[in-house]
Amino acid sequence: MSQGKGESLWDLAYRNFKRNKTAIAGIFILIFFTIIAVLAPYIAPYDPFEQNFLHSLEGPSQKHLFGTDEFGRDILSRVIYGSRISLQIGFISVFISMFAGTILGVIAGYYGSWPDMLIMRVVDIMLCFPYILLALVIMAILGPGIYNAMIAIGIVYIPKFARIVRSAVLNIRDEEYILAAKSMGAKDIKIMLKHILVNCMAPIIIQGTLSIGRAIINAAGLSFLGLGAQPPTPEWGAILSSGQNFLRGAPWVAIFPGIAIALLVLGFNLIGDGLRDAFDPKMKRT
Amino acid sequence: MMSYIARRLLYLIPLLLAISLLVFLMIRLIPGDPAQIKLGEKGTEEDLKRMREELGLDKPLHIQYWRYLKRLLKGDLGRSIRTNNKVTNEIKTSFPATIELTVLSMIIASIIGIFLGVISAVKQYTWIDNLSMVGALVGISMPVFWIGMMLMLIFSWKLGWFPISGRINLEANLDIITQFYLIDSIITGNWVAFKSTLSHLILPAITLATIPVAMIARMTRSTTLDVLNKDYVRTARAKGLKERVVIWKHVFKNSLIPVVTIIGLQFGSFLGGAVLTETVFARAGVGRLLINGITGRDFAVMQGAVLVIATFFILLNLIVDILYAYLNPKIRYS
Repeated sequence: MSQGKGESLWDLAYRNFKRNKTAIAGIFILIFFTIIAVLAPYIAPYDPFEQNFLHSLEGPSQKHLFGTDEFGRDILSRVIYGSRISLQIGFISVFISMFAGTILGVIAGYYGSWPDMLIMRVVDIMLCFPYILLALVIMAILGPGIYNAMIAIGIVYIPKFARIVRSAVLNIRDEEYILAAKSMGAKDIKIMLKHILVNCMAPIIIQGTLSIGRAIINAAGLSFLGLGAQPPTPEWGAILSSGQNFLRGAPWVAIFPGIAIALLVLGFNLIGDGLRDAFDPKMKRT
Repeated sequence: MMSYIARRLLYLIPLLLAISLLVFLMIRLIPGDPAQIKLGEKGTEEDLKRMREELGLDKPLHIQYWRYLKRLLKGDLGRSIRTNNKVTNEIKTSFPATIELTVLSMIIASIIGIFLGVISAVKQYTWIDNLSMVGALVGISMPVFWIGMMLMLIFSWKLGWFPISGRINLEANLDIITQFYLIDSIITGNWVAFKSTLSHLILPAITLATIPVAMIARMTRSTTLDVLNKDYVRTARAKGLKERVVIWKHVFKNSLIPVVTIIGLQFGSFLGGAVLTETVFARAGVGRLLINGITGRDFAVMQGAVLVIATFFILLNLIVDILYAYLNPKIRYS
């Protein structure tokens, strides 16, 4: 995988990524939300659960920068705490799909034959459903709740990872270094972990980053439909769902959480696009 | 070509069977006894036993599935617990609403997406290109239901240009024939109903089109850039053709083939997005039917809606594949 002058694919990708201004903007967005999420208890002006009916549905003011909701709770504080939940959902659900998808993809690609056939047919069937529909079916089975939403979204994205990893494995399965490892008597599991997986990391990371954004949006969608996070959890989709009832008189309840979702997802999309360009400079030029 | 279509049609059978199995198992996986749920809290032990026999729940799983398949082939999807209507009838009325919405938003997304993509490619690295590509990225990053709410806030609540929710103004007195309100109003010549249906459709259709517009614009830009670098384009320019002719006659047509596929494949996200859009705009489509089924634990409705959406999605993918094979002989013979 050498790129000349001893530069590895990773060095080249790092150099390309550093030069990509929009991707760096994405990194800044992610850092911004991470800081907010970590420091939530210190920077949120109010308790996100504290109700104050005397101040319900108040517009943005110096006291409540993003206004208040129907229970008089401070929207800014709820949006700040919401970043913790959305980041968790994004990372955990994509970790589930990445983990399961990678295992399935490596097995299908490395062994071929019937394991490949079996895994890929199941993947095909899962891809017969639009993502949100499959997530809804799983939610119907698991029942509403934020952790179930993470599992549902995690399962929904498994086929994508399985396909990407399988095709990456097929590309390198017959490379000389794999054959050499086999002929030296290395065990399959060692070859898969040490040689195959390491060389499939680039597409997995790119897909992972782009999927986090989609996972956050889909989780917000499930909460919006009343199936994900349940009240009074300050999840952005759930806040939007209650904001819909007051859209005419108190639009701020719905405006700010929506901006937060869009901004965070934009951050992940910028980073994902940047990574794709960085690992595959040819694509950028077209 | 015919053998390719035959192969694809054959492949459809196990897929449809798998979907029916999944939909059948879905209900068995949901915690709780369907017979108990159907009876509610009131049923005695005796009632429960009778209900289980009536629903065939006392039989082994494979027999239950076989019965389910037989009923399915007869077009019997059961009855809704809440309304006691046949699920087939509920789908017959709601599915056309979803199709109307998705087709209109697909048209909007294709026109705007292709236009933006071609302009961005031709004016590569200018402010137009940068603006539309940043716009596309922002578009992909926004949740569809939030876009819907914001459009509703601005154009319905603030400006009053469009109705807030529903499919049609009841005062339009439309005679319903096909359940496709736009078609029905044209057939009956009821232009008041046509206008009302269209005005109810515009905001949801734009909402649903936002993400596909962004996807199509990005795809069109990249394929157009590809074609722009081809030798025949250089030749066309070299022989002195006007730039407009080069772009629209040589570049546009050739860059469109992969875009057509992308548009077709986007239909899945249209259907998925329809679930959320219909909820925001309170449109009685199949997406909303599904959500009502899930939240109301109305299993027959839930199964029916999932089955119809998934089957429709597969058939659509099949059509796209066949169309693509028709346009690109390499696929047919692989």
